[in-house]
Amino acid sequence: MNDLIKYAPDLAAGFLVNVELSLVCAVLSLIAGTVLVSLRVAPTPVLRTAAATYINIVRNTPLTLVLAFSALGLSDTLGLSFSKEPSTNAFWLVVLGLSAYTASFVAETLRSGINTVSLGQAEAARAIGLTFFQSLRLIILPQAFRAVIAPMGSVMIAMIKNTTVAIAAGYLAESAFVMRDTFDDTGVSIPIFIGLVLAFMAITLPVGFLTGRLSRRLAVVR
Amino acid sequence: MSGPVTTSVLFDAPGPRARLRNNALTLLALIGIAAIAYLVYLRFDEKHQWEGRIWEPFTESATWTGYIIPGLLGTLKAAGLSAVFALVFGSVFGLARLSDHRWIRVSAGAVVEVFRSIPLLLLIFFLFFLAPSVFGGGDYTLIALVAGLTLYNGSVLAEVVRAGVLAVPKGQSEAAYAIGFRKNQVMRLVLLPQAVTAMMPAIVSQLVVLLKDTALGYIIAYVDLLNYGFRVLPARFFGSLIPAAIVIGVIYVGLNMTLSALATWLERRSRRSRRTSVKPIPATADIGE
Repeated sequence: MNDLIKYAPDLAAGFLVNVELSLVCAVLSLIAGTVLVSLRVAPTPVLRTAAATYINIVRNTPLTLVLAFSALGLSDTLGLSFSKEPSTNAFWLVVLGLSAYTASFVAETLRSGINTVSLGQAEAARAIGLTFFQSLRLIILPQAFRAVIAPMGSVMIAMIKNTTVAIAAGYLAESAFVMRDTFDDTGVSIPIFIGLVLAFMAITLPVGFLTGRLSRRLAVVR
Repeated sequence: MSGPVTTSVLFDAPGPRARLRNNALTLLALIGIAAIAYLVYLRFDEKHQWEGRIWEPFTESATWTGYIIPGLLGTLKAAGLSAVFALVFGSVFGLARLSDHRWIRVSAGAVVEVFRSIPLLLLIFFLFFLAPSVFGGGDYTLIALVAGLTLYNGSVLAEVVRAGVLAVPKGQSEAAYAIGFRKNQVMRLVLLPQAVTAMMPAIVSQLVVLLKDTALGYIIAYVDLLNYGFRVLPARFFGSLIPAAIVIGVIYVGLNMTLSALATWLERRSRRSRRTSVKPIPATADIGE
């Protein structure tokens, strides 16, 4: 217990980084995933194939590889840089990798939502003269989103837990790294582990609860 | 008018104007993709990534037998062991959650829910540092990885098992009790055989997640495919990081796509199957890491 109290400030700072990463990646992956799914169902075969290829490759690649590649490959070898400050650069490399990875799952989730929208909706949208992108934006996607709020919550929860893998991209600030660092110093400490697990639960459980509630409140009545 | 939308009916059979617009879009998309490819090419060129020297090692069999295949075997060993243990863990806890005894049900439920919500890497780190202080010194990378993967994926599979058994129509167990079966006979002879067929696709999908998760071993320096590709190979053949990443990426994606295809095939087969009264249960929303 003393270990937990002694290292609490470090651990809290690390955990705050996880929260920051989660917030930024949630926004970016939702946007990128929506763009991806729009391309995935677009009337142009080239766009459909491109989006499907991206989704299938990325979702079958381990996140650890994606993150290690974004640091060692994209940044170190190919010279991609977000900032001169190494830790800021590493932060954005994690954001890039984690968002790119999560976006493919957001897109797949949304596509299963699109599959629940009834045929009549798409037909009616066409009948009143909406173009493809208008019907997607005004008719299909809003209903698809409302149908997949709960599964999307699961994807976001997984993404929040995945922020711990940031260490693979050489970003040494978030709580998994701090925990390892502390264990290196003091040996294993059960209170520290439990404290961190509870901190993660304090975020993931409300997300699950809220998305579950929202999905019931916003369910499309058919 | 309430069938689900398939992608083909989101848009009409195109008329002349729509066809023109689609062709324009196709052209733009192709130009965009070509532009991206060209920029990547230029960047590779600028950083000397096209030099034959760094690609050459991958045409030699010694690279494969000495580095890539041992790495792949390390990954498969971790995945295989964890899969077996996770299936055992999942069956035990999944069935325990269906127990008639409240204390078994509740405690099994608590274990499953807790391990499902712990970030997997934290769990692996914890086990990795816990093992030496309990069992003394040694190499615990494989043990920590397998134990972490087992506890996490086993808990997810426990939910699959529970959902599978619950999805068998009530009439099946009622009929079994009516002809005088005992509790464990009902489970063993009636519910499980039907549930297993329905669970298979979800189980195989979870195995894809498990296989991807073995890459976490890289972080605790377990000698797996990722470790060979990102640490050993670039150190041995200086500058070969990108080719190595591409090779091991292709291996990971190939393995996972094969498993995913198996899951899809199983799902289609179990949908047609007359040996079970249960529709295949949906895969977990797990995205892996």
